[in-house]
This record gives sequence, structure tokens and C-alpha cells, in this order.
Amino acid sequence: MRDVAIIGIGCTNFGELWDKSFRDIFVEAGVMAIEDAGVQGEEIDAIYLGNMSAGRFIEQEHLASLAADYAGLASINIPSTRVEAACASGGLALRQAVLAVASGYHDIVIAGGAEKMTDVDTDATTDVLAAAADREWEGIMGATFPSIYAMIARLHMHKYGTTSEQLAAVAVKNHYNASMNSRAQYQSPVSIENVLNSSLIADPLHLLDCSPITDGAAAVIVAPAEIAKQYTDTPIHILASTQTSSTIALHDRKDITTLDSTVVAANKAFNTAKLTPGDIDIAEVHDCFTIAEILAIEDIGFFKKGEGGKATEDGLTAIGAEIPVNASGGLKACGHPVGATGIKQAVEIAEQLRGEAGRRQVEGAEIGLIHNVGGSGGTAVIHILST
Amino acid sequence: MAVSRFWRKLRHRYNLIGTHCTTCNTYYYPPRKMCPQCRRDGRIEECRFKGKGVIVTYTVIHAAPENKAVQTPYVLGIVQLDEGPRLTSQIVCKPDDARIGMRVQSVFRKLGEDSEHGMIYYGTKFIED
Repeated sequence: MRDVAIIGIGCTNFGELWDKSFRDIFVEAGVMAIEDAGVQGEEIDAIYLGNMSAGRFIEQEHLASLAADYAGLASINIPSTRVEAACASGGLALRQAVLAVASGYHDIVIAGGAEKMTDVDTDATTDVLAAAADREWEGIMGATFPSIYAMIARLHMHKYGTTSEQLAAVAVKNHYNASMNSRAQYQSPVSIENVLNSSLIADPLHLLDCSPITDGAAAVIVAPAEIAKQYTDTPIHILASTQTSSTIALHDRKDITTLDSTVVAANKAFNTAKLTPGDIDIAEVHDCFTIAEILAIEDIGFFKKGEGGKATEDGLTAIGAEIPVNASGGLKACGHPVGATGIKQAVEIAEQLRGEAGRRQVEGAEIGLIHNVGGSGGTAVIHILST
Repeated sequence: MAVSRFWRKLRHRYNLIGTHCTTCNTYYYPPRKMCPQCRRDGRIEECRFKGKGVIVTYTVIHAAPENKAVQTPYVLGIVQLDEGPRLTSQIVCKPDDARIGMRVQSVFRKLGEDSEHGMIYYGTKFIED
């Protein structure tokens, strides 16, 4: 197996991009990554594209061909593959690219993620996202996607004393971080009161506990570490790439307040990289809802089970604190174009490790972790990156 | 949802029929044809649950896609049946009355409908026992 590095990154602005189509945004992100890496189109050996549900959002399948075609690469007939694991589709695309390069099968591979969510109305989007859960035994019973995380939140509060204010503290931190990110969907800070006074979606989750509906795309170029320096002075090395699965329905989990897929993916990643949670300087975790960030920082091992809410309230996950989490603003405030999220997380960590994150820069960050979840934890993907 | 897709599991939805692995004596609802513990060594038979259980966790849903059969706010919970398995279902009660640990029993109720002339979905919900 060969060591693999990221040599180029690109990401569109995140938001309601009414004037841009699906093909516009993935080409925009892809070209940014290609220019950043300084590679030529002819050098690209393969494309992996993460996308959750273009079939329902824009009535378009066969995205792999569309991506290669509109990226101007159809003439060289390279393999192009779409991968899907709901909101973890982007993480999967990155992992597929890493495996392809590590194996020696390909050299220069582009891993992209894209989702165009605003071409349908909110009811339709809610229904598409509910397909990340078990349609036949959760969805048909009346479950919405927020309601599934709300049931986790309720039990976490019951078992560990986590409060609505602690959930809100996640949103407040991530909105503040996003205020320093020009790509973010929401660049305005919010207060605890704003979150608690926003309308209830699924009790105890308020509107501002939920990530938004977002259009966006991101791309990274990966290459064998041994040739990465030919393209960039600042290759970002991939120390671990792990992926796990678990039950699709929340009701079948051993512990409803633990994402066992995250626990196992994190343990495997730390073993592979020969690191511990204490070695991580910065993390982008999957905060599709505020409770999801609390679960993530516990299940990855930054904090003990049940202490994630208090740790957040105490400021331990802010930029400059013990373990900065979601400096980009996370899914919560930077936005969550579901298939793009896992790749955007890689772009953020790469920028941070290069020291190019501007006002939200975590000083001296050398090792970063990315955590991407599909559904309520049916899939988890973790990457550990270093300078 | 396609008529055939709902019809296929009609008995299981209407009558809370799941499965039981006689090899490891584990009960499953929703029904499974492959026992996750015994896999190919499992011997699966159908079983009808008594419909009694306890609320493990719940939420009150205030925002959901339009459904003429169910108006927001409504209560959704994870119920652990006395035989062991856990399932997701609506709890028919006032939002303020739901609580973790509440004893519940199953009832036959309307879940939704596709449109004025479309299919009507019936199934199991739970009320306080």
C-alpha cells in the first residue's frame, strides 16, 4: 500500500445558489482543485463523486458520466464513479480515491462531492432526507430526519443531564466560526436565546439546532505521497481512512445515545495512524444537528460519554481551546449540501493544516480529523490528515 | 409508497407480527428473515407480539411534510416491546403527557394517505397502558 496525500482543494460558496445548476457547481469546485494542484486534465486517472439523491433532487442519475462530461474529461474516457451513503457520500468518495491511489491502481484521482437541494421545495427535501433513515419502519411511521436525532437528544438529556442550553452552545460556536468563513451559508453569529427561541422542529430540537438546506460542491485531488511534492509544497498526508456501518434504524442500536459506527471508525483510525484523540489539533465533525456534534466529540474520544454538552458549554471546542471543533462553522452554519459535506470537511482541514484559514486559523495545527456520518449513524467515515 | 410495497408487510403492520429466532431465542420487530446473531444458523419463525411495552425515548414533531391523516404536533417514540425488540411508532397522547418509561400498548390506527383518491395506510400506534 502506498502513502497518499491531498495535493489540491476546491470548494464553492455554500448557500441557496438559485442561479447555479448541479453541473455548474461541481465543475466550479473541480476546476478550483485542479488549478490548486497544478495538474493537467490528461493526468487525471479517475473521478469519484459523492452524491446522496440527485435522482430525487434534480431527477438526474448517472452523475458519474455527467461529471466527467461537463468537467471536459469525456474525451479521455477515464473511469468515473458515483458513490452514495446518504450524508456520508462525500467521505466515501474521498475514501474510494484514497484506496484507488494507495493500491497503486491509479495515481492522480479527483474526489468530489456535490448536492443541489434547492430545486425542490422544503417538504420534498424533508422527504428525501428521511430516506437516509429506514423508509419502511421509521419513515412510514411518521419519522422525519430531525425527529430521529431529537429522540437521541431526549435520551441523552435523560441519561446524562445534557441541557437545551448546551445543545444551543454548539450552534452558537459554529455560527461564530462561520462568521469568519466567506464560503459559509450563515455568517451571522447567533445567541443562546436566539436558538432557544427559534421554532421547535422536533422537541427538543429547535430550527437553529438543525443544519440548513444547502447547495454546494467541493473537490480534492489525491496522489501518491512520493510524487506529491512535484505538485505542491504543502501536501496534506492521509494517515488513516476508515469506514464503518451499523443498523440503518435508530431503534436497533445497542445504545441509542452512541453511534457505534463512529466509535469503531475512530478506534480503527487512531490505531492505523498510531495516534490518540489527544494528538488531534483540529476536527471537523458531522454536526447535522447540535446533538450530533455532542455525540461525535464523545464517540471519537475527545470527551467521556455524557460530558460533550458540558465541554461545549465550557468552551473547550472553540478555536484556540483544547480541541477546536468545526472551525469552518460545520454543517450547522457553513451549510450541509449532503453529498458535498465530507469533501468540504477535507478542504477545511487541508486549509487549516496549510495555515491558510485566515481569521479562523487554528494556530500550529498539524494533525486534523474528519468525521462524516450517513443517516443516524448507519455509516461513518473518518480520515486523519497531517502536514 | 407503491401499493405492493405496503401490501407485502400488511399483516406485520396491522397485527404486530414479527419474527423469532429459535436458535438464540431473540425476537425481531420489524421482522427479519436473517438473524443478525446466528445468521445462517438461525431458525426463524413468525410470531405475534402482545403489543405491550415501554417508551425508551420520544420526540414531539412540530414540522413534517403535509399528511392529512396526522396533524402536527404529534408524538413519535421508540417503544421497547416486553418480548425485547424496539420499534419506532407514533404515541397517541397529548404532547405534554409523553414521558420516558411510560407503559404503552398497541392500537390499530391510520398512518397516512397518498391523496384524496390514493391509498390509505393503516398500521400500529401506541397509547398509554
